[in-house]
Amino acid sequence: MVTTTVDDGSIEVTSSGRIKKFLIDFYRGHPLGAIGAGIVVVMLLAAIFADFITVYDPEQIDFESMLVPPNWAHPLGTDNYGRDILTRVIYGARTALTVGFVSAFVGSFIGLVLGVASAYFGGRFDLIFQRVMDVFLAFPLIILALAVVAVLGTGTENVIVAITIPFIPQCARVVRSSALAIREIPYVDAARACGFSDSRIILRHMVPNVMAPFLIMLTAFVGQAILLEASLSYLGLGVQEPVPAWGLMLQGGAEEYAESAPWIAIFPGLAITLGVFAFNLFGDALRDVLDPKLRSQQ
Amino acid sequence: MYKYVVNRVLLMIPTLLGAAVLVFLVLRLAPGDVCEMRMAGTGLFADPEAIAICQDNLGLNDPKIVQFGRFIGGYFTADLGISMWTAQPISHEIEVRFKLSLQLALMATFLSVLIAIPLGTISAVKQNTWMDYAVRTFSIAGIAMPSFWLGILIILGLLISTQAWFGTPWMPPIYYVPLFEDPMGNLSQLIWPALATGYRYAAVSTRMTRSALLEVLREDYIRTAHAKGLLEKLIIRRHALKNAMLPVVTVIGIEFAFLMGGLVVTEQVFNLNGLGKLFVEAVLNHDYNMTQQLVMLVALIFIITNFLVDLLYAWLDPRIRYA
Repeated sequence: MVTTTVDDGSIEVTSSGRIKKFLIDFYRGHPLGAIGAGIVVVMLLAAIFADFITVYDPEQIDFESMLVPPNWAHPLGTDNYGRDILTRVIYGARTALTVGFVSAFVGSFIGLVLGVASAYFGGRFDLIFQRVMDVFLAFPLIILALAVVAVLGTGTENVIVAITIPFIPQCARVVRSSALAIREIPYVDAARACGFSDSRIILRHMVPNVMAPFLIMLTAFVGQAILLEASLSYLGLGVQEPVPAWGLMLQGGAEEYAESAPWIAIFPGLAITLGVFAFNLFGDALRDVLDPKLRSQQ
Repeated sequence: MYKYVVNRVLLMIPTLLGAAVLVFLVLRLAPGDVCEMRMAGTGLFADPEAIAICQDNLGLNDPKIVQFGRFIGGYFTADLGISMWTAQPISHEIEVRFKLSLQLALMATFLSVLIAIPLGTISAVKQNTWMDYAVRTFSIAGIAMPSFWLGILIILGLLISTQAWFGTPWMPPIYYVPLFEDPMGNLSQLIWPALATGYRYAAVSTRMTRSALLEVLREDYIRTAHAKGLLEKLIIRRHALKNAMLPVVTVIGIEFAFLMGGLVVTEQVFNLNGLGKLFVEAVLNHDYNMTQQLVMLVALIFIITNFLVDLLYAWLDPRIRYA
């Protein structure tokens, strides 16, 4: 950087200016992606500061105000236990994002390391590993997740594990195909010639070079995980009452009172849709930025 | 080609065997079993002796290898065993539900193709116009919307609109009648869940059609077709769409195999007694036999669909030859 002589304060201004410029460029080039990112940020803030922006307790049952239609006191109405729906939707964002981020990060990171290792070692290890992945990939996500729930039982932590496991082979498969190409590049041979250990070559030299497909998978996984968590909770096999979760809010009362109190069913579903929609928009834009081959098709 | 088909069919065996081992072991890791579930599930005192007798009867105390042998051996004698929960033969339990789920899956596929190909084509041909943006929003929303929520909204819409127009609220019938016995009754029950699952499915295929077609439309032979004065309609239909179908067929195939997963939740919303619901019940009841057989069925459908898609490739694109 040319501004070495300038004091620390102005260097900070320069770097924050650069971030600002990047954000403006991203918005100009990918307005839909920027909208998606905006919704994600709002959701994140709502999830983090849920305690400060809500006035009701999400688990407080209030028989005085059951099935109240949307009004000033309860902008999205209340459910059949008198709980405020807006509060539960906001706290539900916390559950959805926790499950979404944790399972997407852990699942794709394990998949990343395994996929690169499989490509790096090749030979018999790769062959056996790929057949094992084939077995996992022979099931729809929800079927695998259901099988894991059958073993571990329900509850938030178990749901995270149930969603993480099916993500591993998916990410490993995609990352492996990119890593196969990287293995052929001479710098990997050079690293081996320097006597570096296998784990160092995999983690320090190969993993950073498959970041583009990895990040694309990661954003797609967050959306998928939110959807899966909602489905499992809706089936009664995910997050359990009284924890506020969007899928759970659509179960029971939402169906029973569908006609007389449609707001119970409408708003949590809208929250799921908006959340997944935002991650998909952002993921699409990220793919365009990171994968120039796909840019021409957009 | 013959050799390729034989090879592929033989390769299915290790995958299926792996799936069998996986599901067998995973289920045995679970704490509790069907006997405890049946007796202690009521909340009353459960006699440990009665539980032990029940476990003996169901062969749950046999060594794991014997249980696994029984599971795999059943395929050679065409005996899928009995459900641990209902004590009915599994083949019977699956058979009565298979028709409903298959019909639903086929209807959803048909609806989605009917929606996806025209929309995807319009979106690609009118790229970056308001029509394109509308179709893209429609398809991204379809991917984001949980099919069970769409199901709830459909039921809600039906209740409210029939109440407003006819004075009495109407709900789709709950009992399944075969298509050929009572076509109206059958369709009035299944069209709604087919729409709910088909929309998501259509969203994925629409996006694929659009991007595949956009790529094809940039090819030289399309410019040649324009240069020789062919009608736009003919170029799209005969030259472009045909060549863009390859990735679309893959997506349709893969999604068909995944429909089973979508059905798990949709059947719950519409209260349909299909394979998805059977699966959820089997998992909840720790019915090992039933869960194993259903998982194997899903894996088999998935593997066969993938295989058929690969064969369809060669038929669609004569350049692809499997040796």
